[in-house]
Amino acid sequence: MVSTTVDLNAKIPNNVGLSDDVKLQRALETWLPNYLEWWNDMGPTDFADKPVFLRTAVSVDSDGWAHYDHVRMPDYRWGIFLNPRDPETSHIRCGDDAGKAAWTEVPGEHRNALRRIIVTQADTEPASVEQQRLLGHIAPSLYDMRNLFQVNVEEGRHLWAMVYLLHKYFGRDGRDEADELLQRRSGDPDKPRILGAFNQPCDHWLSFFAFTMFTDRDGKYQLAALSQSGFDPLARTTEFMLTEEAHHLFVGETGMDRIIKRSAELQALDPNGDIRRQGGIDFDLIQRTINYWFTYSLDLFGGEISSNAADFFATGLKGRYREDRYDEHKALTGTYRLPVVENGQLGERDVPMRNAMNEVLRDSYVQDCERALRKWNRTLEEAGSPNRLTLPSRRFHRHQGIYADHRFDPVGNLIDSNRYEANQRHWLLTPADNDYLLSIMKPVYEPGKFANWIAPPSKGIEGRPVDFEYVKLHD
Amino acid sequence: MDSAPQTPQPPVEFETDPSRYRHWQVSYDGAIARLRMCVDPAASLRPGYELKLNSYDLGVDIELADVVRRLRFEHPEVRVVVLSSGTDNVFCAGANIHMLGMSSHAWKVNFCKFTNETRCEIEDATAFSAQVYIAAANGTCAGGGYELALACQEIYLQDDGNSAVSLPEVPLLAVLPGTGGLTRLVDKRKVRRDRADVFSTTAEGIRGKRAKDWNLVDGVFARSKFEQEVMKRATALATRKVELLPGERKGVSLGPLAPELTPGTRRYRHVELRWSSESRTAELLVRGPGPADVAVVQAGAAAIHDAGDSLWALRAFRELDDALLQLRTNHLDVGLVLLRTAGDPALVVAHDAALWAAREHWFTNEVLRHMARTLRRLDLTSRSFFALGDLNNDQRPAFAGCLLELALAADRFYLLDHPKVQVGTSVLNEGPLPMSHGLTRLHAHLYGEPDKLEALLGHHELRSAEEADDAGLVTVRLDEIDWDDDTRVAIEERASLSPDALTGMEANLRFVGHENETSKIFARLTAWQNWIFIRPNATGPDGALSLYGKPQRPHFDWNRV
Ligand SMILES: [Fe+2]
Ligand SMILES: [Fe+2]
Repeated sequence: MVSTTVDLNAKIPNNVGLSDDVKLQRALETWLPNYLEWWNDMGPTDFADKPVFLRTAVSVDSDGWAHYDHVRMPDYRWGIFLNPRDPETSHIRCGDDAGKAAWTEVPGEHRNALRRIIVTQADTEPASVEQQRLLGHIAPSLYDMRNLFQVNVEEGRHLWAMVYLLHKYFGRDGRDEADELLQRRSGDPDKPRILGAFNQPCDHWLSFFAFTMFTDRDGKYQLAALSQSGFDPLARTTEFMLTEEAHHLFVGETGMDRIIKRSAELQALDPNGDIRRQGGIDFDLIQRTINYWFTYSLDLFGGEISSNAADFFATGLKGRYREDRYDEHKALTGTYRLPVVENGQLGERDVPMRNAMNEVLRDSYVQDCERALRKWNRTLEEAGSPNRLTLPSRRFHRHQGIYADHRFDPVGNLIDSNRYEANQRHWLLTPADNDYLLSIMKPVYEPGKFANWIAPPSKGIEGRPVDFEYVKLHD
Repeated sequence: MDSAPQTPQPPVEFETDPSRYRHWQVSYDGAIARLRMCVDPAASLRPGYELKLNSYDLGVDIELADVVRRLRFEHPEVRVVVLSSGTDNVFCAGANIHMLGMSSHAWKVNFCKFTNETRCEIEDATAFSAQVYIAAANGTCAGGGYELALACQEIYLQDDGNSAVSLPEVPLLAVLPGTGGLTRLVDKRKVRRDRADVFSTTAEGIRGKRAKDWNLVDGVFARSKFEQEVMKRATALATRKVELLPGERKGVSLGPLAPELTPGTRRYRHVELRWSSESRTAELLVRGPGPADVAVVQAGAAAIHDAGDSLWALRAFRELDDALLQLRTNHLDVGLVLLRTAGDPALVVAHDAALWAAREHWFTNEVLRHMARTLRRLDLTSRSFFALGDLNNDQRPAFAGCLLELALAADRFYLLDHPKVQVGTSVLNEGPLPMSHGLTRLHAHLYGEPDKLEALLGHHELRSAEEADDAGLVTVRLDEIDWDDDTRVAIEERASLSPDALTGMEANLRFVGHENETSKIFARLTAWQNWIFIRPNATGPDGALSLYGKPQRPHFDWNRV
């Protein structure tokens, strides 16, 4: 028993006192082999023995959280970290009890709600690894392949972070939930992942970049809202996850930007401005991809009018984005004006602020996405392309919330389903799009070389050159 | 939150038929019927809430009650009813919480009572009509949704990592599952009571294997195999060996009752309901069978079957049932109901004997079971009932046999001492029409006088008022001189007492003797539920039910009562 304990503590970088925590050790001893089995079954295929230039967090110190080296993925040291926090600032940030001391243990009253919040967040982490498992085979460069694997191992660590909370604070139920996280599978009709976007196929790199741009960005906002939680361990663990999530968003946003830049170059190159003839990705297709992933990601924020959201805020379990910047943390008065469909027409309705908390968070997210769109359009402008990209209305193509039962065009006009059906292929990714993308996505495994449909990045990783051997395929 | 609807609403009608269903789809395939819940969110019975996620209100349950009843009478070929949802991922979210939050106390109580009666009717069909209900929960099954499943003989749950069964009432709304959920959990399914405690305080419920391990469901099937496995089970049940009652399995359609309405009256073919808001009393008259009605029954099972829904016993008791529901829901101000009968008591006794003789036929069996259910509805109606056996408008009372049950169900029985007034028991007083706790009304009536009970059994000759009094059947026997004054005073006195205290007192006294699962549901559970409903922790301005879906959090008074 003793040797296992030592092994665990050496294997798992942590700042949660694992070496002294018998309960946690016991839980992890059972869970860890299952996790590795899951990683082998559902993680990136066929690259297990290839050293990848990965960042590993070995401690929370400023020099410890980003430690770079070539590592084989199964040997990655998945760690457990809580952001350090001054006990003075550990208070409930929002709701009826705002200002009171934060909970360092799970309050019984909120046990079930907290467990649900944590399980829902946790479930997204392995899901995206599953969605992306085949992408290494068609990577546009070693640089991109490395970024994919970096995202994958960190999603794995995010799962660890959430499982830590379940193991540490939720007893037997928590252990059961942790086991089930390894049993659900993205896209499996019988054991699907909990949230819709995490069951959508992500089978080429345009979707990968759009996913890390839009869907991981939902993750950022969920984590940011949870980092305002009155449950101190949840707040601190999500705070640390945000540092890693920032890299995923970087991969997505710059990946899209590089494709857009390359498409503009190919557009200029072709006598007729025909990007496809040059083997690139045309802007209509990029727009359809944005429409598709942005809207699926909007669903992840939950219903526009939600009693759960009100409860989570009122009880201090989940705050707004940067709750600390608000002057008032109860949000009991005030309303949110929401466009709603009533009697077949689009009108407006005032909803109590607390019940609109999902929408408030979605606002922060949409603003962030708009910023990225402006950046991409600047890229287009600088490259001399006449095309511009847009974000669709948040009512378009929704599967959750008050707009899900109605049809809207991408601008947000209420339309009938005939018109919707007739235009769907102009607005959303089609099977033909996927076929085309797969036809141009051939692997490029030579250091410093990039696929024709994407521009190289402006710089490499951690001071390494762009032509650095980020993944050692031939050892 | 006892805010009665602001604008006066039209009275609720309980009669419906398949052409008018808004919330249910029924399809038939030989011995298997599929019943799909597809609640139309916009078709709520009252304005102000939407029936989202297959949540239900009284209107949805009125249709369900109609489906269940028609299955028994109109589709005797059906052996298995597969109850599922037309909406994938949601089986049923239970009673609509916004509806409960905005309803008056009386509305909530009557709603719960009716849903309970419908659940009992499902179990009754399984027990006595060989129609087995299977709940195929192809999605989340919460609160009243799980209670509906609990009324079925078997429950199957989709295992998709998400679909759960739950009773979230206590943790989420600070009320109880109002449709027998707690009792059925431990008494019917025999879920261990400590696990039931965990289950009933876990808002998100329990899914997958654990739901099966705890016997909350009978099986869990993967999503892709769910439909197939459920239908496999349905087919097995449909082809099971079962001793069916004889008789041609040709359904009997239930036509509309079409009562004639005038202000203050509701007249059916055999039943008449009159009410006066001024005196807060109503009069409910049931006319006994005529000679032709008795002749039909005496002609035997086939003739009874041929008579269909015009058979006196079926028609009169359907009308009585409808009148009781009218009283409960649309006449809250009526505190005292005077029960009267008219006709020839000898004919009732003869009718009962002939009907009982034909009991082996499936249709006669259904008629008898229906009579029993209607009388149980009467027992469970929270109004004072006085049975009056006088010469009302020169009509003889017919308190005999199945109609004597009205007097035995009543809180008091006043009988006029007059040569034309006679009372008699029949075979139907001796077992076929039990109360919900299993006793006959005669037994409950003479619970402390077993000798008198013994003396009545098997002796079906008519008795004079005096003989009936001696036999222990009558509360007060009055001659013509005393009748008017004494009954008037009794009625006025009754009308002056607190309606709440009377409701409680009557429910205590009516159900003499031991309890069973059904009586527990109605007595223990509803009493608690009603109390909890009016407590500030549930329905006060800071109560959990009042604040559900609102931005504020509930505040509880932590003192235990
Ligand atoms: Fe993540
Ligand atoms: Fe991520």
